[in-house]
Amino acid sequence: MAKAKETVSRTLVVALVLSIAFSVVVSTAAVLLRPAQIKNQNLDIKTNILSAAGMLKPGSSADQIEEAFSRFDVRLVDLDTGEFVDPSDVGVQDPMKYDMYKAASDPQMSTNIPSSEDKAGIKRRPNVAKVYTMSENGHINRVVLPIHGYGLWSTLYGFISLEGDLNTIEGLGFYSHAETPGLGGEVDNPRWKRQWVGKKVYDDDRSEPQVRLVKGGVGADAKNKEHKIDALSGATLTSRGVQHLVNYWMGDRGYAPFLKKLREGEV
Amino acid sequence: MADASAKQVLFEPIFSNNPIALQILGICSALAVTTSMNVTLVMCAAVTAVTAFSNLAVSLVRTQIPGSIRIIVQMTIIASLVIVVDQLLKAYAYEISKQLSVFVGLIITNCIVMGRAEGFAMKNGPWLSFLDGIGNGLGYSALLVFVAFFRELLGAGSLFGVSLMPVVNEGGWYIPNGLLLLPPSAFFIIGLAIWGLRTWKPEQVEEPDYKMSRHIAKEAF
Repeated sequence: MAKAKETVSRTLVVALVLSIAFSVVVSTAAVLLRPAQIKNQNLDIKTNILSAAGMLKPGSSADQIEEAFSRFDVRLVDLDTGEFVDPSDVGVQDPMKYDMYKAASDPQMSTNIPSSEDKAGIKRRPNVAKVYTMSENGHINRVVLPIHGYGLWSTLYGFISLEGDLNTIEGLGFYSHAETPGLGGEVDNPRWKRQWVGKKVYDDDRSEPQVRLVKGGVGADAKNKEHKIDALSGATLTSRGVQHLVNYWMGDRGYAPFLKKLREGEV
Repeated sequence: MADASAKQVLFEPIFSNNPIALQILGICSALAVTTSMNVTLVMCAAVTAVTAFSNLAVSLVRTQIPGSIRIIVQMTIIASLVIVVDQLLKAYAYEISKQLSVFVGLIITNCIVMGRAEGFAMKNGPWLSFLDGIGNGLGYSALLVFVAFFRELLGAGSLFGVSLMPVVNEGGWYIPNGLLLLPPSAFFIIGLAIWGLRTWKPEQVEEPDYKMSRHIAKEAF
């Protein structure tokens, strides 16, 4: 008996039977759990957007998040022209299904950023971005824009939320990064993030984004303090990365053309 | 007799034959997932479940497995279970599964799981193997929870995410020790835990590999 189980045919049979049995187990689990997983992922994105916009109440249930998020319009924007594009132009039905980070690695759907202009360190930029707007009586009163860029160790992915004047920051948050816990990881610190609220991205002429992360805190009488945020202590490179990525995305290669059109009421 | 050995199999790995402290297995995930108690407990549950069920499955088919493909069969069983656990976490504990990220998948390579399948489940019945899996999972958990307790408390001033010592950054008084949030600190804590355990149970101390002989050569001066 002991010898019989070492034959080649038997080995093959055992391998085959076990492989089939376990592939059934794995695929059953994957198929049955898929709807719950997709729901979680979508909810996670919505939670991040609400949290950047300062609209997330702690301990909100899934339904409350869905409801708060339903007040947003999800739109796709051509970053070069600043105009809204139809979801079918990027091959999706529902704008929510468009993945701009996947598009950034597709040569057909993205452009190379010349290294002299690549402040955020992201190398490629999708042609079309997904933005979230909220309007009241026909006027846009809130815009949430996805932003990303390189910090010290990792690419930080997050959202920035602007008020209806398209200049005042309403909130900023990163949902994915791998910066040093306790140092660069403090980008998640609610106290630090609160500083961003009410700061201005642009000067009066609305040309260049002016956001600066400065060392040593922002005093009450500091010059240009409406653009200044206290840098993270012990995390010079992460702070620099955050400053660059915010300015990149608010600049001409980012959302500036879109914001300009929006301000002029053209789109 | 069967009772005594079942008990032994279940509880021995916690202190007397701890997989991390005595066998020094599974250190990789012990460094990576112990920055907060919540994450650690989920990881411990995942590892315990995988070890227990892979031991059970391996033990059930142990008489059928040809020796030539026994390791790959064990790997298949373990990998399948890990994928199922990963899928379950993504469906029901999404936040924590995001924090655990690749480390759930890496349970496949956790030496404890494979070590118990090969070392115990191939030679013992299903029930005992299952208990052995739980026992080793608990041994792993005991040490991880110990490490995570100190890392989260001293590194972030909180336990289970509840702030116990308000940190300076949030307006409190406690200056957190950032080192404890970085992986090397887990080495220090595991080292101290092993020292403590071996002082308490001196029979775990290993014989030195060699003894330095007395210095006898005459030097030039």
